[in-house]
Amino acid sequence: MEKQRRMWTNLVLVISVVLLAVIPLILIQDSEFAGADGQAEEAIQEIAPTYEPWFESLIELPGGETETLFFSVQAAIGAGVIGYAIGFYRGRVKGRGEKKT
Amino acid sequence: MNKLFWLKGLLLVGFTLYFTFATPQEVHAMHIMEGFLPVGWAITWWVLFLPFFILGLRSLRRVIQENPEVKLLVALVGAFSFVLSALKIPSVTGSSSHPTGTGLGAIVFGPWVMTVLGSMVLLFQALLLAHGGLTTLGANAFSMAVVGPAVAYGVYRLMMRISDKQGFAVFLAAALANLTTYVVTSLQLALAFPAEAGGVLASFVKFASIFAITQVPLAISEGLLTVLVLNLIQSYNQKELRLLHFGKKGTK
Repeated sequence: MEKQRRMWTNLVLVISVVLLAVIPLILIQDSEFAGADGQAEEAIQEIAPTYEPWFESLIELPGGETETLFFSVQAAIGAGVIGYAIGFYRGRVKGRGEKKT
Repeated sequence: MNKLFWLKGLLLVGFTLYFTFATPQEVHAMHIMEGFLPVGWAITWWVLFLPFFILGLRSLRRVIQENPEVKLLVALVGAFSFVLSALKIPSVTGSSSHPTGTGLGAIVFGPWVMTVLGSMVLLFQALLLAHGGLTTLGANAFSMAVVGPAVAYGVYRLMMRISDKQGFAVFLAAALANLTTYVVTSLQLALAFPAEAGGVLASFVKFASIFAITQVPLAISEGLLTVLVLNLIQSYNQKELRLLHFGKKGTK
């Protein structure tokens, strides 16, 4: 019972997160949802038009595709570690249960 | 039951307020870009950040020395922040931003362990993704890896003291950590770029009003995801959590 309740809670949580991301996409049609930091730059330029960035990124990524790749890699590594850890813990709990019975 | 009820109620109220007041507006709530803090401020934030980083290293070493078993759990909370930082999620303002994922580790290990892990995430993004930057790392780490986790830890402790609704406490802690992170970012930008009319305060209002709105749904997402992952950890891993004296008080 407890286990089932937890599962439902988790399901509701996941669905809520997905909805939170999808609803803006549906509601706002005329936006690119740009993730670029360009517009933050604009806000700064507006306040301090004379400001010049004094340091450049060491790496200039060639384009959006490469950036996407790196972000995917980052997410994949993280997700892998989380999956491994929770799988490990789960297996340990199960293994213990089997020994007992 | 209660936990779910709270979450649902909060979501409903949040959504209603949110979609009523949020107007599409394009700006970005993310880390401060490379070179976009004047030298003086960049150094100032580095100096303010470093003591916490050292505190974090010691805290991390102590945690692992006392209970070597928790290493995997450290990796897990670090990975959580790693994943969430990579997810640029669309928001109602018509732009995207990402959660920080620092709440989970702060709740489980205390705030300063997360300072180390959060800084590593930022370093990775600054070096490989040209996202954020090395000169602004001090400032970004201060907001995301120092203030964020500290808020998460404080809120969680406080909520657990006044109620025993752990799910809600975790949600609120993680969500507020996320929001505060960007409030601090706004403050940092405002300090460095005071408006001609109105000074720091006017700048702060400008940055913060935009950042806060973009960040609200992401803060909610982050809260929900943190509850989810902590649920999973608690289902399968009572042992390490007990070693850490986690949930000593009034938790189930």
